[in-house]
Amino acid sequence: MPIRQTCLAAVASIIAFALAPASAQTLRYANQGDLKSLDPYTLNESTTIAHHGQVYEGLTARDKDLSIIPGLAESWETPEPTRWRFHLRKGVKFQNGDPFTADDVVFSADRVRAKGSNFATRVPSDAKAVKIDDYTVDFVLTAPNPILNSQWDTWYIMDKKWCEENNAVAPTPAAATSPSFASLNANGTGAFTIESHQPGVKTVFKANPNWWRKPEHNLKEIIFTPISSDATRVAALLSGEIDLMEPVPIQDIARVTASPNAVVMTGPELRTIFLGMDQTRDELLFSNIKGKNPFKDARVREAFYKAIDIELIKARVMRGLSTPSALMIAPQLFKLSNEFVRPKYDAEGAKKLLAEAGYPDGFEVGMDCPNDRYVNDAAICQAVVGMLARIGVKVNLMAQPKALYFAKVFKSGNYNTSFYLLGWTPGTLDSHNVLFEIMGCRDNPASSRGDTNLGGYCNKDFDAVTDKVLQEIDPAKRDLLIKQAFEISAKDFGYIPLHQQALAWGVSKKVKLVQRADNQVLLYWATKQE
Amino acid sequence: MLAFILRRALQSVGVMIAVGIISFSMFRFAGDPVNQIVSIDTPYEQRLQIRKSLGLDDPVPVQFARYFIDAAQFKFGVSYQFRQPVSALLKERMPATLELATCATVLAMVFGILMGIYSALKRDSFLAKVLQAVSLIGISLPTFLIGILLIYLFAVVLGWLPSFGRGDVVKLGWWTTGLLTVSGLKALIMPSITLGLFQMTLIMRLVRAEMLEVLRTDYIRFARARGLTTRAIHFGHALKNTLVPVITVAGLQFGSVIAFAIITETVFQWPGMGLLFVQAVQNVDIPIMAAYLLVVSLIFVTINLIVDILYTIVDPRLRATVNRPA
Repeated sequence: MPIRQTCLAAVASIIAFALAPASAQTLRYANQGDLKSLDPYTLNESTTIAHHGQVYEGLTARDKDLSIIPGLAESWETPEPTRWRFHLRKGVKFQNGDPFTADDVVFSADRVRAKGSNFATRVPSDAKAVKIDDYTVDFVLTAPNPILNSQWDTWYIMDKKWCEENNAVAPTPAAATSPSFASLNANGTGAFTIESHQPGVKTVFKANPNWWRKPEHNLKEIIFTPISSDATRVAALLSGEIDLMEPVPIQDIARVTASPNAVVMTGPELRTIFLGMDQTRDELLFSNIKGKNPFKDARVREAFYKAIDIELIKARVMRGLSTPSALMIAPQLFKLSNEFVRPKYDAEGAKKLLAEAGYPDGFEVGMDCPNDRYVNDAAICQAVVGMLARIGVKVNLMAQPKALYFAKVFKSGNYNTSFYLLGWTPGTLDSHNVLFEIMGCRDNPASSRGDTNLGGYCNKDFDAVTDKVLQEIDPAKRDLLIKQAFEISAKDFGYIPLHQQALAWGVSKKVKLVQRADNQVLLYWATKQE
Repeated sequence: MLAFILRRALQSVGVMIAVGIISFSMFRFAGDPVNQIVSIDTPYEQRLQIRKSLGLDDPVPVQFARYFIDAAQFKFGVSYQFRQPVSALLKERMPATLELATCATVLAMVFGILMGIYSALKRDSFLAKVLQAVSLIGISLPTFLIGILLIYLFAVVLGWLPSFGRGDVVKLGWWTTGLLTVSGLKALIMPSITLGLFQMTLIMRLVRAEMLEVLRTDYIRFARARGLTTRAIHFGHALKNTLVPVITVAGLQFGSVIAFAIITETVFQWPGMGLLFVQAVQNVDIPIMAAYLLVVSLIFVTINLIVDILYTIVDPRLRATVNRPA
C-alpha cells in the first residue's frame, strides 16, 4: 500500500511538474516604495510588510477580506482570559529545509521584542511565550487582551536555527555598524523565496515549490523594481514592460484606463485622512490671536468642521476617488460606523458659530501639511485654505516634504503645530489603536497614550471608555463601547475626519489579483495569462 | 611643475573640506531621519533610543568631529534605510553611473563635433539652420522633460526601447556592465541621449564658434594661397586648433555629467549613484548623502587637477605662469 501511494504521489508530482512550467509565469511588478531590508522586524511600513509577506508567514493570516484566518497556527483558543493557546501546523518547513516548530515561535516572540525591532508592539512586552510541546505554544498575559493576535499576520515567524547559525539573533537596528545577515537574506515558510535582492534596484522572487498551502497563483518568478518617478512608472505599465504597479497617480488614471493593455483597480483604503487642531496650548503658536487659543472653544472647531465642503474635495481634488468619512476609522474596520454622519457643509452656520465664539471677522492660523505622503495631500490642504477663507479664517499653509513635516509636528518636534493634516491606519486594524494613540489625552507623561494626538484633544470620559474597550471581550458589547467613545469625540468636534483615500493599482489586462483594503500587494493571489 | 601640482592638490583638499562643512550643515535641514527609519506608530521612547544610538542628540561640534574623522578615512557607515554599508552600495552603483556618463560624453563629443563642423562650414545651408534651432532646444529644455518625452515616444508609442532600468548586466569582477548585452545597450540609448544632449549642444556651439574664428585667421588664408585642398585645410589645420578648448570643456563637463546624472537617473530609474542619492535625500539617509557628496566632489577636483596639469603640457605658453608663483 505505501508503495502504491508513493508511486501515485510520484506520478502526480511528475504530472504537476510537467504542467506547471507550461503555465508558470513571470510577473514584473513596480512600486513607488522600496523593499529596504529583508529583516522582517526592521521597518513596520505597509510596502515593506507586504513584500515580506510573500516570503514569511505569521501564526495567523488575513484573508482577502481582511478577516483573520489560520496561518502557521492551525487553530487557537483562550482556555482562560489571560492565556492563549496556539496549535501549530505540522509538517511545515522553512525554505532552507528546517522544520517549523514551537521553538521558532518562542524565538520569534523574543526577537520581535528585542532592541532594534520596529515591531515590538506586536507581542505585549509582559506576555510570556511558553512552549508546551513541539506544536503547541501558550501566550500568558498579565491582563485580558481581546485583540492579542490582531496583528499577528504580519508578525512573521523566523527560523531559530537559521538565525543562530548566521549571527542574526538580534534584529537589525537602524544604527547598525555592520550589516546583518537577516537584512540581506530571507528564510521564511511562505509562497516565494528570494532569489536575489539589490536594495533600491531589483529583487527577484521565485515560487517556493515546498509551500504548505496549495498555491492560488501561477507564477514561477516575480521581478520587483522600485520606480519612484510617477511618469516613468506609468510609462512602463503602458508599454507593457511591467504587469503591475502601485500607485497610479490620480491624474493618470484616465490615461491608463484608456490604454489597450492595462486597467486601474481602485478601491477604498483603510487610511483615514483628517485635520487636527491644537487644543492644548493657551496661545496658538501660529496665529494672530494672542493670549488665548481659539481652538479651545468647541464652537470654533465646529465652525471649521462645517466650513469644509468634503464633497467638493472629493469631486475636484480627489477626482471621485475618496470616501468621505464621519469617523476617525475606516468603515471596514468598525461595524457600527454607518450610524455616524458628517455634519452638513454649512458656511453660513460656521460663520455664525465663529461670531458667537467671539471671532466675527475670523482669525489667522498656520497650517502644516505634508506634500509627499498621502494622495494629493498638499492639494487637499489648499482646498481647505480656500474653504476656510469663505468664513473669514485666513490660513497660512506650510506644505513640506514628509521628512520635514513629521520632524516638526510629531512629539519629537514638540508638537510644533496649530492646525494640521494627517493620515492614519490603525496597525491593529482595530478601533482601540485610534482611540488610544490619536484621540487619547496626552497629559500623563508616563503613559504613551495620545503620543500621536498632535493637537492634544482631551476628554477624560472618552479615555475612560477607551480603557473599557481594551478589556471587553464580548465583541458586540465592545462595538457599543467604541461607538460611545466616537460619539463623545464627535460631540466635542475633537477632530475633523475628511475621507478614506482610494487605492489605485495599475494592472495589466493579463493579470488577475486581489486588492486588499490595507494596500498590501500580495502576489500569492495573482495569476497571469500567457 | 611639482610645486604647482602640490599647490593644486592642497587647494583640492581645501575644496573637499569646504564641501564637507557645507554638506554637514545642510543635513541639519533635511528633516528628522528617525521618522524615516521607523513606522509612524512607533512609540516615542523607541524613537528617543534610536536618536541616541545614531548620535543625533550629541552637541553639534561633537557630531561634526565624528563626521569629519570618519569621512577623512572614507568610513561612511551604514545606510539608515538599507542597513548596508554605504561604501558597498556606492561601489555597486558606481559602474552604472560611470557607464552612463561616459556614453553620454562620447555621444556628445562625436555628434557635437560633427554637427559643429558642419554648421560652421555650411553656415547658410538649411540643415545648419535646423541644427542651430535644435541646439537651442537642447540647451533650454530641462533634462527631465526631454527624458519623459523620449520615454513617451520610444517606449510607450513605438515600443522600441525600454522605459526604465539598465537591462541585463554582465559581471566583470565587481564591475557590472550593460554594454555586452542587447537589452543593456538598448536601455542605455535614451538615458545617454537625455544626459548628453546639453553637452552635445554646448560642444556643437563651441566648435562652430571656434571654427568660424579659426577660419578667419591668417594661416588658413595662407594655406588657401598655397593651394592646399579644402579638406586638408578644414580638417588638418582648422579642426586641430579648434579642438583644444573643446577638450578642456568636455573634460571639465564630465564631472558635471556625473553629478547631474541625478535627474536622468531618476527619470529612467537608472540604478546609479544619483538615484541612490535622490532616494537618500527623500529618506534623510545621512550616511549616503554625505558619502555621495564627498565622492562626487572628489571626482570633480580630480578631473580639474588632471585638466590643469594637461593644460600645461599641451599649451607651452602656460608653463611660464605656472613656474612663477602668482
